[in-house]
Amino acid sequence: MVTELHIKEVPQKQLGINPKKFILWLFMVSIVMVFAALTSGFIVRQAEGNWIIYELPSQLWISTVILVVSSLTAHWALKSAQKSNSLQTKLGLWVTFGLGLVFLSTQVWVWEILVQHDVYLVGNPGGSFLYVLMGVHAFHLISGLIYLMIMLVKSYRANEVSEIQFQLSLSTTYWHFLGGLWIYLYVFLIIYH
Amino acid sequence: MSTANIDLMDEMGHDDHDHHEQGFLSKYIFSTDHKTIAKQFLISGIIWAIIGGLLSVVFRLQLGFPDMDMAWLRPILGEWINIDAATGMGKLDTEFYLALVTMHGTIMVFFVLTAGLSGTFSNFLIPLQIGARDMASGFMNMLSYWFFFASSAIMFISFFISTGPASGSWVIYPPLSALPQSMSGAGLGMTLWLVAMALFIVSTLLGGINYIATVINLRTDGMSFTKLPLTIWAFFLTAIIGLLSFPVLLSAALLLILDRSFGTSFFLSEIYIGGEALPNMGGSPILFQHLFWFLGHPEVYIVLLPSLGITSEIIATNSRKPIFGYKAMIGSMMGIAILSFVVWAHHMFVTGMNPFAGSIFMLLTLIIAVPSAIKAFNYITTLWKGNIIFTPAMMFSIGLVSFFISGGVTGIFLGNAALDIQLHDTYFVTAHFHLVMGSAAFFGMIAGVYHWFPKMFGRMMNRKLGYIHFWTSFIGIYLIFFPMHYIGIAGFPRRYYSFTNFDAFSTFTDLNAFISIAAIATFAAQLIFVFNFFYSIFKGRRATKNPWNSTTLEWTTPIEPGHGNWPGAIPKVYRWPYDLSKPGAKEDFIMQDVPYAETPESNLPHEQELAGLEDKGDNTIKVD
Repeated sequence: MVTELHIKEVPQKQLGINPKKFILWLFMVSIVMVFAALTSGFIVRQAEGNWIIYELPSQLWISTVILVVSSLTAHWALKSAQKSNSLQTKLGLWVTFGLGLVFLSTQVWVWEILVQHDVYLVGNPGGSFLYVLMGVHAFHLISGLIYLMIMLVKSYRANEVSEIQFQLSLSTTYWHFLGGLWIYLYVFLIIYH
Repeated sequence: MSTANIDLMDEMGHDDHDHHEQGFLSKYIFSTDHKTIAKQFLISGIIWAIIGGLLSVVFRLQLGFPDMDMAWLRPILGEWINIDAATGMGKLDTEFYLALVTMHGTIMVFFVLTAGLSGTFSNFLIPLQIGARDMASGFMNMLSYWFFFASSAIMFISFFISTGPASGSWVIYPPLSALPQSMSGAGLGMTLWLVAMALFIVSTLLGGINYIATVINLRTDGMSFTKLPLTIWAFFLTAIIGLLSFPVLLSAALLLILDRSFGTSFFLSEIYIGGEALPNMGGSPILFQHLFWFLGHPEVYIVLLPSLGITSEIIATNSRKPIFGYKAMIGSMMGIAILSFVVWAHHMFVTGMNPFAGSIFMLLTLIIAVPSAIKAFNYITTLWKGNIIFTPAMMFSIGLVSFFISGGVTGIFLGNAALDIQLHDTYFVTAHFHLVMGSAAFFGMIAGVYHWFPKMFGRMMNRKLGYIHFWTSFIGIYLIFFPMHYIGIAGFPRRYYSFTNFDAFSTFTDLNAFISIAAIATFAAQLIFVFNFFYSIFKGRRATKNPWNSTTLEWTTPIEPGHGNWPGAIPKVYRWPYDLSKPGAKEDFIMQDVPYAETPESNLPHEQELAGLEDKGDNTIKVD
């Protein structure tokens, strides 16, 4: 189609993603780099030998499944907010929050099992690295839980739950990211432990 | 999606530039305005630079005049000067000497040339040069400064504890840094160092994330990436490097903290202290070096790139010529940014690494010479046949080019794995990086201050004092670091307290004394700048709107831009930032917000088309 237009040098609008969303993505990049450093340190150190070998507790499967389910519920909460369904949004957020807590307690349970198998934080780095990877991930997961808590407070304060759908999409993105990060760590541990 | 964005930006614009009166606290202290935050970073950086410089003066006195009586320093340094009971002579404490070297490095690399440089100019120039009201998140920007401030406070406090500040050198290699019992500075001083650096990393990440988000999302209409000034390109790439490398240092610091305080063995293995075996087994100190230098090398470019960007802008403006090879400049900066991540092991050639790995890292390191040379040639070719105006900023920029070349050449020696066996850990290394990274980056920063001072404070700095400052610094720096290369080739190791105990080195006592005198004189010359800076803030000559006849957007703002930068609409951008001395133009510069339609006399054919001026008067073009 050809149209005739009267144009005189219109400066183009520049590409723009929502800055807040972009900031969140950059923040996630920096977290990825923290874990890239730790996991590559793991590989480098392991290649030097003198590395204890132990069975990865099978309970990690349970925590992985819990975190995946919590991602689904977080997504459900977001979709419900977009449909202005206040009750389902709040329910979804509560369930996600609860599953997050269950995940953390499962991780602590895994640590207890590791201790029973004589794998300690202090000692051969083969064991220490596992604690550090799980610990630093748990630390970020707690930040995710605080974020969810803020969203829960906002969902109760908002007149209409769809008002907070943008903010909710950010917290959901972060939650999915934490889940994906855990899956990466778990697969990494299965391959390299 | 795109419509939603436009609404959001408009909304932000209106929010931000309401002219309401702000209280002192929100205007000058807890400000979210990028210009105020930039000034906070600048003044903090200047204070840190003075402290860092003074530290170097003290250890240069020790190195240059080992027999000197330092009792006169006792009022300042107190117990760090040991008085010999028999002779009454004052001697610098040996462990404090190491702390001085450590803190000089830490302060200069991180607090002055990272926070003071990026913090000042990225904050100040990004919104002004891309045409934005403020940063993407003013609140995060404020947090960035206050995290830096907290970090500074803790680092400063570590000078006043009885065991002294961290003393395991700025690279904090374990086991020295991991074992509190190894030396006095590895105790509380090291803990404070780690806490301060963790806060510093948070500050850098908050700032860097903001810079990237702002450059990508808040450019004004028409400001495409190919119309960005090179300063912004440099700050943008610097922020990306920081975002990717600082988290790695955080990981290394975390593992080090676990080793120090929780008894893990990430970096410790088979160590005896005082005849006692430590329980730590299985750690690898080399692992720390890998993690550290994965940050440490990109950090070199975090320090240098902003200065190179500032220099590009100043040299083009004051040569009254477009920058030579605009796209080559961007390309070479990208090349440097990428290569900076794959060369870290050249700091570790003598750690017993596989020689094959060494040769790979050597090759990658030498490749950096290519983009660096492109930049150096482009600066020189920009100057070539330009109508050069020697403002103090221009002098310092040319000085940067000189240091970048003379310091860069020795980098080629050091990048060779075989030569490095001889040169590693000697004063040759110290001389190399002080020229190419320290002095060059410092000159870029100073050039930036002279150039953008009128925009920051609405006044001009004194020119004559600027010239005196330049010549004393420029000559002084060469007098310090040029002889230092020879001392290094002769085999002087870095970080030694005294050379007079070794016969092999006693021939160089004179040269060391010479370097020390030059260093003290150069430090004294910086006080001229400090005076000029603070005096001109209050008493300088009033600036005009565009004192350097520059083309970029910051010079379209009022002389002292208020909150929101432009009182009216944000200017739109029609052309690249280097339309200087364009043939046919009325003046020798055309600002970025001037449409081609207003400059028919100087337009090139394709620009004429853009302006719609060839269309026989009716301004009609066909669009598919």
